[in-house]
Amino acid sequence: MTTTYEPVIGLEIHVQLLTRTKMFCGCELSFGEPPNTRTCPVCLGLPGALPVANAQAIHFGLMIGLALDSELAPRSIFHRKNYFYPDLPKGYQISQYDEPLCRGGRLADVRIHRVHLEEDAAKLVHVGASGRIHASDASIVDFNRGGTPLAEIVTEPDLHSPEQAGQWLRLLRATLRHLGVSDVNMDEGSLRCDANVSVRPEGSRELGTKTELKNMNSFRFLERGIRAEIARQEGILNEGGRVVQETLHFDPGSGEITSLRSKEQAHDYRYFPEPDLAPVAVSETMLAAARQAMPELPSARAVRLQDSLGLSAESAHLLAFRPELGDYFEQALQSSPDSTPSAGAQAQALANWVTGELAKRLAPEESPADSKVSPEAITVLSQMAAEKQISVGAARQVLDRLVAEGGDPRTLVEQEGLAALDGGDELRQIVRAAIAANADAAQRVRAGNPKATGPIVGYVMRETKGRADGAEVTRLIAELLG
Amino acid sequence: MSAEELVSLGAQAAAQALASGQIAAHELYEIYRSRAAADDLNCFTWVAEQTPAPPAASPLGGVPLAVKDLFCTEGVPSQSGSRILEGYLPPYTATAVERLLGAGACLLAKTNQDEFAMGSSNENSAFGPVLNPWDRSRVPGGSSGGSAAAVAAGLTPWALGTDTGGSIRQPAALCGIVGFKPTYGAVSRYGMIAFASSLDQAGPLTRDVTDAALMLRHLIGYDECDATSLDFPGEIALPTAERLDGVRLGVPEELTGEGIEAGVLAAFHATLALAEQLGATVEPISLPHAAHALSAYYVIAPAECSSNLARFDGVRYGMRTEAAGDLTEMYTRTRHDGFGAEVKRRIMLGTYALSSGYYDAYYGRAQCVRTKIVEDFRNVFADVDFVVTPTAPSVAFPLGSKTADPLAMYLNDFCTVPMSLAGIPAISIPCGLALPPEDRNVTEAASGGGLPVGFQIAGPAFSENRILETAFALEQAIGFDGGTVRA
Amino acid sequence: MIDREEVLHIARLARLRLGEEEIEPMARELSAVIEHVAKIGELDLRDTAPTSHVVEVAGRLRADEPHQCLPREVVLAQAPAVSGEGFLVPSPQA
Repeated sequence: MTTTYEPVIGLEIHVQLLTRTKMFCGCELSFGEPPNTRTCPVCLGLPGALPVANAQAIHFGLMIGLALDSELAPRSIFHRKNYFYPDLPKGYQISQYDEPLCRGGRLADVRIHRVHLEEDAAKLVHVGASGRIHASDASIVDFNRGGTPLAEIVTEPDLHSPEQAGQWLRLLRATLRHLGVSDVNMDEGSLRCDANVSVRPEGSRELGTKTELKNMNSFRFLERGIRAEIARQEGILNEGGRVVQETLHFDPGSGEITSLRSKEQAHDYRYFPEPDLAPVAVSETMLAAARQAMPELPSARAVRLQDSLGLSAESAHLLAFRPELGDYFEQALQSSPDSTPSAGAQAQALANWVTGELAKRLAPEESPADSKVSPEAITVLSQMAAEKQISVGAARQVLDRLVAEGGDPRTLVEQEGLAALDGGDELRQIVRAAIAANADAAQRVRAGNPKATGPIVGYVMRETKGRADGAEVTRLIAELLG
Repeated sequence: MSAEELVSLGAQAAAQALASGQIAAHELYEIYRSRAAADDLNCFTWVAEQTPAPPAASPLGGVPLAVKDLFCTEGVPSQSGSRILEGYLPPYTATAVERLLGAGACLLAKTNQDEFAMGSSNENSAFGPVLNPWDRSRVPGGSSGGSAAAVAAGLTPWALGTDTGGSIRQPAALCGIVGFKPTYGAVSRYGMIAFASSLDQAGPLTRDVTDAALMLRHLIGYDECDATSLDFPGEIALPTAERLDGVRLGVPEELTGEGIEAGVLAAFHATLALAEQLGATVEPISLPHAAHALSAYYVIAPAECSSNLARFDGVRYGMRTEAAGDLTEMYTRTRHDGFGAEVKRRIMLGTYALSSGYYDAYYGRAQCVRTKIVEDFRNVFADVDFVVTPTAPSVAFPLGSKTADPLAMYLNDFCTVPMSLAGIPAISIPCGLALPPEDRNVTEAASGGGLPVGFQIAGPAFSENRILETAFALEQAIGFDGGTVRA
Repeated sequence: MIDREEVLHIARLARLRLGEEEIEPMARELSAVIEHVAKIGELDLRDTAPTSHVVEVAGRLRADEPHQCLPREVVLAQAPAVSGEGFLVPSPQA
């Protein structure tokens, strides 16, 4: 009998902070500038240069701590983490060690171990052997990224499946994006995730030996990588082997996991307090400024949308954790002419339009605020549909036009003659014609097959260009054939 | 004024003569430039080739200035005495130098030093040892040996140096000039090629106390580029004290006994007697942890240096030894070829002290000893105004006499290291001459009267002005004449 | 006290090549210094906090305002090896 294992997963997330300048110097952050044009003596590690910490980075670090319900250290210390690599100009990274900016905390059901600040490494581009005298492999270093402020967020090992890890990371990303402290873009590396993975026999409370899976640069790869590593560890244990504590790399192409340990890496970072930087003392003023800057967090927003607007849990969650949708929705809601007795139902209808039909028509990461559909337009459209001034089909057509060229839904409806046909004579005439043109179908309906109305309804919709209300058409068919 | 008369002017006197139009800046500069260019003590690593345009009206009015090699000076070789930085031209200038140039000093030369400021004899320079102008067979002290020898020999009116464990005070003592290490943080370290960041501090090497005060006045102050720099309370005044009435001098038994040459002790005690004549009281005190200061220092400084010198990796500047495409080989060969023996030793020592399993026993403990030393000084300053000691345990020693024994060399810093660890200001002033031990049987006449001895005065943080006043009063009473080596 | 293996290990950490003839003297000299500094082990420091910054300064932070960057030609001017727009190094993967 094979043992059943429980995975235990912790995440280490690096987030590039959206300051104007680098962590320890006044160079502007780089967004694709030509190599080595965003550097100075400090971030190049020139002899004699000294770091000075960026107040805004500390402010953002405190905001992250507040969002994660962490304990904010009144005094924290920068350390030097010593190792040699061409992307590390000083031969050490300035980071935090045993006295980080934030300790503990929680986001949803995952405990936070710590949050600390550090500087990013430079970029190393492998150029191969071409054109070199010794024909050996070479790389080129670009220091533009070097020194970009990073917050490292470390969780406790509270996750137990790859899916849960992925979901939680999405939640963290939404939270950070909402704080406005980072772009949190995994493709561009402003959000990077390592996972510590171990497995243990179900029911056991002891932790197994963990491995560190490095730098998975998409949610999909994170989940796949963790899944592969869990399988690998289970395989080892099932064969009576032992998991070795090591750093691993997941290749999403081949699905293979390889060890990153090289012969030279006797990991001994020789941490010691950075003598060039005084301890960071977080003053009351700094704390107050961080609190002041806190927006409503997604979890709180979801509760509010559900409680005060009566939105469904699903809609509230969607709007809260995609703040670009949530902000647009709330703006649209404000443009409603008045609060009617059916305000709750209207809000839900509007939420459905925003998170459903509209979101579907936008590019994956596109914000509706950047589209041609104004919040007022979507509100009017939603109301016209709710009041059956236009059919759902017609409303979709109007939305297509709004997305393509913007404008006022009322004008579009008028121009196109899309106003709903009420149950009057005009529609009755068209239904009659439809029955006459589809005698076979009419015969089957009469014989007791209600599903056979399809061709008749289709005829009506074609004739009315979708303006007819579906329910009204069905009622008329039943009446005329009944 | 004749050339001899011009050279006999100290920096303050020269600044005054320049301000009053008595002498011309280019004339003064040209005399020093030609003297520096003809230097045969190996004081310099670079001497200006042209006379700069005279500065507009400024406090220093064009007084020439020599600067220790490790200060970055834009477009001028800044090599910190190391092969690994040979010919390195920084794209920026150190704040301390910028401030002096801004006050009207003119950069005359860069001075030789021990490699990365590691040494007490200037024999660790990649550019050869500096000779002591009092006796060319002897060392000038270190690490600011080029600065000290150049000032003593009259090759510059004054010089800028740095002190980590005694690197301003000890060479000043051995060359018979004044050297001042300010309170840690009083002078910006931005642009100083670092040795040990928590200890390094820039300061003046000058012919007299007045010049030290003048340079200090223009050096101090907060710099937004150095997060450890401080707002100095008040200004530095030029000292005028003649008496020492009511001044309490504490003599620590731990730093004034064993290990100090008899001649040095004699000069020290003679100076104490003089201080008493000026009205000071002299009291024995105890710095119980001073005996451990050297040990703590030789853990902390190498640890920091092992990290500070990691940036010399052959990638962005300095030399590189190509090694057939292997990165690790490139690193290790570059650093093997670029660093001298003492620097390697300290990198090794510091790496060891920080490494896994040893941190607590060495670096961690040394930082605690540092706390004890800070407390020791705090305690004694409740009872006395200043702590006074001989600056160095010996007079200038013969070249090569201690190079084979690193530990013997380290003992030179015995009296200066405690103040560095505590971050407090200290001055060394020449207090007389003494015969070296090996010459005790030689008559004074044959040895030319002996070699200079330094007297160290240390005070609490930010007591610069009081130290300068005390040193000035003593200097006047001592009447030390270093003019002979400037001839 | 410090043996050959330890010297080689530290040298690896410090990325310092030591010639065969340099290893033994280094071991000897390091041992002598370490023996001397190890005397701090005799002190009772149980209740003593370490001093990493001798002058406690707090709150010296930098405003998030950009400064002028160095021109690339200046940045690359002092490098032992450059290629086009960057610093050329032997590949770490090699």
